[in-house]
Amino acid sequence: MAPSTDLLQGTLDVLILKTLAHAPMHGWGIASRIQQISEDVLQVGQGSLYPALHRLEYKGWIEASWGASDNNRRAKFYALTPVGKKQLRAEIEQWTRLSAAVSLILGATAEQFA
Amino acid sequence: MIAARLSRLRFFFRKRPSTEVEEEIRAHLAESMANKMGAGMSLVEARRLALIEFGGIESAREQVYRQHPRAWLDTLRQDLRFAARSLKRDRGFTTIAVLILALGMGANIAVFSLVNTILLRPLPFRNPGQVVWLQPAEAGGGLSGATYSSDAYEDLRDRNQSFSGVTGYFAFSAPNNLKLTGSGIPTPITGIGVIPNLLDVLQVPPQLGRGFRMEDGRKGASPVVMLSHAFWMTHFHGDRDVVDQAISVDGKPATIIGVLPAAFDFGATFSPGTRVDVLSPFSLDEGRDWGNIVTLIARLKPGVTTRQAEAESATLFPQLYWSKKQADSKGGYKAVAAVPMKEHVAGPLRRSLYVLWSAVAMILLIVCVNLSNLLLGRAATRSKEFALRFALGASRQRIIRQLLTESLLLSFAGAAIGIALAAVVTQWLAHQGSLALPLISELRIDMPTLLWTVLLGIGATLLFGVVPSLRITADANLQATLKDSGPGASEGRKHEGLRNALIISEVALACVLVVGAGLLLRSFLKVMEIDLGFQPSHAATISVEMPDLKTGKAGPYYRNLLQQVSAIPGIQSAGIADNLPLARNRTWGAPGIKGVHYGPNERMPTFVYMITPGYMEAMAMHLRGRDFSWQDDDASEPVIILNERAARMLFPSGDALDHMVDMSGKERRIVGVVPDVHETDVEASSAWQVYFPVSQLSDMSGVELVVRSNLSAATLQPTLLKLLRRTNPAQGAVDVRPMQALVDHSTSPRRFFAWLVGLFAASGVVLACLGIYGVISYSVTRQTQEIGIRMALGASPASVLRSVLQRTLRLAGIGIAVGTVAAILVAKGIAAMLYGTEATDPMTFAAMLVSLLVVSLAAGYFPARRAAHINPLVALRTQ
Repeated sequence: MAPSTDLLQGTLDVLILKTLAHAPMHGWGIASRIQQISEDVLQVGQGSLYPALHRLEYKGWIEASWGASDNNRRAKFYALTPVGKKQLRAEIEQWTRLSAAVSLILGATAEQFA
Repeated sequence: MIAARLSRLRFFFRKRPSTEVEEEIRAHLAESMANKMGAGMSLVEARRLALIEFGGIESAREQVYRQHPRAWLDTLRQDLRFAARSLKRDRGFTTIAVLILALGMGANIAVFSLVNTILLRPLPFRNPGQVVWLQPAEAGGGLSGATYSSDAYEDLRDRNQSFSGVTGYFAFSAPNNLKLTGSGIPTPITGIGVIPNLLDVLQVPPQLGRGFRMEDGRKGASPVVMLSHAFWMTHFHGDRDVVDQAISVDGKPATIIGVLPAAFDFGATFSPGTRVDVLSPFSLDEGRDWGNIVTLIARLKPGVTTRQAEAESATLFPQLYWSKKQADSKGGYKAVAAVPMKEHVAGPLRRSLYVLWSAVAMILLIVCVNLSNLLLGRAATRSKEFALRFALGASRQRIIRQLLTESLLLSFAGAAIGIALAAVVTQWLAHQGSLALPLISELRIDMPTLLWTVLLGIGATLLFGVVPSLRITADANLQATLKDSGPGASEGRKHEGLRNALIISEVALACVLVVGAGLLLRSFLKVMEIDLGFQPSHAATISVEMPDLKTGKAGPYYRNLLQQVSAIPGIQSAGIADNLPLARNRTWGAPGIKGVHYGPNERMPTFVYMITPGYMEAMAMHLRGRDFSWQDDDASEPVIILNERAARMLFPSGDALDHMVDMSGKERRIVGVVPDVHETDVEASSAWQVYFPVSQLSDMSGVELVVRSNLSAATLQPTLLKLLRRTNPAQGAVDVRPMQALVDHSTSPRRFFAWLVGLFAASGVVLACLGIYGVISYSVTRQTQEIGIRMALGASPASVLRSVLQRTLRLAGIGIAVGTVAAILVAKGIAAMLYGTEATDPMTFAAMLVSLLVVSLAAGYFPARRAAHINPLVALRTQ
């Protein structure tokens, strides 16, 4: 598999939620969209994509329905539920806080550690 | 939140995702390939790349499956199926394990239901916490001391501020005091007179009909009765039309007004070990001149504490009259203690029950330790299986779960059989009418007991399953195990330390049990040796129907009766008393020497007995002086017999014989002195007792015939009953009881507890021995080769035997040493339950410890002998 940055545990969930925020999508679509938007930095291993999708469905954050893909194939489409939308907002907020905190530490000067 | 829950629920019931996942993955690959072909790849290349990108399809499928909430259920089902199969394969192990567990669990469940029934379950009243029993704050004086007169009761009821209701019952009813007459031979039944508001104060609604009203207790009211539930079932077969029917009690018709609920068994609550068939309203007017006759039961007003009630009683009770006809009878009553009813009923048994509970808990501990040992032993033979499963990718967690599932299965099989055993035992106990334990007839396997069983099952699983499963999986050295071709010298040694520790703790636990049981048994034997003041052996007694006699006619009547009884072949002596020791009793004001003024605490309430000549002889009481004779009648000098205690305290400086004492208004000559009789309780010391001849004082509260004979009670029964019925046709068909039965009834709780703890200790020892046997036997098997080599090199069988025995001795010795220390602590804790036995009684300790040591050596002897008989040639060749 191509070299890729390992996804932080739990981060995949929020990425999926965000990807689905605009329109329902099928599994391959989600994976390729994440890869495309992250400019090939993030590659979602399909081995973890489907377990994650099922986990989110079980939690009630996304729901699935069968539909036709762009290529007219039968595919399973996932869409965000209202609970999922709320969850996404919460996760984004948390992520922003966390990454801000991490950047603060990484950007700290030597004096600050003294 | 609700939406989330619903989604989970929907997910749970949805069909398995496997086909869907299949399709989804296929769709994914197709999409991916289409995309790549669109970019100009060939079909083959696109497929190859799409598959590479996707990664492990099988593992993705597996991962998705694990997200499913039903996955763990499937695993559990798998585990259970596998556990059942593996247990079935090892039938011998499973049988033993389940049996041991069943015994341990059964004992625990049975004892829990006993504890639950007597201590935990609330009494069958509404708001039972408010109901209190009133008794003198300073005890003494037997039943009479805890009873009050009609006048005192009424004043208390009307003037108190603490209680929302005060009630009570007539305390001096004897068993079989009534006869159900009508057709055929009169059937003896037991009735208790209760103050009519009893059920209102206790708040026990009748199951059928109505309860008593105040007017039912008026003098001359038409007689009514309420039936106990059990009596209603046995005599009326639960007929609902029984209300308003009339039954004939003692030849007089009485109307049945109601039936008590099954949950309220008067006898079980207020007088353990006796059966109460009917309740009747007690007439306070009728009993107004009878002295202290009713017990006091009260319901506290909401918010009033027992302490407040007691404080009020300190001022109120001294103002009560014993009899309002005697102005100077005020002030005889002292402050009372308001004892919560539950405490009154069950309090005295609390300690015994806790001891019993601890004893069974220890049994279960020993059982668990034993099982841990068995599981460890079994693991040794299964190590290849585990190694293989590790090699195939099972996680340690997964194998631990598997092992625990096996333990759980064993545990619940044990619990299931255990609860069946307990059901049999409790059923049996509930029908032991003569066992003087309160509420025992209510004993049954109920919901709390079932919950307790489940708890026990889980607890036991954790106790015996966790350590072995951790231990087994901790050092599963894959390579070594798989390479190891057979039970070599090193195999199994790894668990040896743990197994030794288990054996030691087992022996220590057994040691504590055995010493505790030894102390209780010795106490019981001491109680059996107590000189009761009379000889219960070869004596029998029967209740005689009280004749309606004119004053002065009692002497001739009983003389005639006793002459006929004595004429029966095989009867050596016969006599009559109105009350028998350890059965019913009453107390009067104490005797005194005329002219001497006594301080308030110098004399005690005195037990009185009306007896005939021959009674002392029939009871085999050692009399100094002379027995009463039929010549002691109204025309001759009033006479009295004292017990040693009264005689000694009244005449501290000399012999009481032939002196005069003043009692109930007359000076009487002391013609005899008899030993102290245990009047209420075998274990309690005796108070003052006096005897009057019926020919002078025929104020009898019953007629109990006592005969001394070598014939059994059953043999005497028909002859005696025929004679009594000839003399008085109203005589009921009561049983002749051996005198020993009265003693047994009084000692039954102690006998019961000593016997049970003894039984538990015995099973503890057996289990510990099984454990020792198992471990030693296993180590001998494991060392067969080693022993073979030693014997081939010249070790004698005797030295092999000795070395195995030494190992046993070391384990047992350490266990006993630890156990002795624990036993001393435990013995201190049960000191209050012992009678005539020190908590550190060296005899008991020595006897118990030596026997435990001997038994454990015996358990080690069999494997040791096997070791000594190892044939070196065979042992070496089999390797």
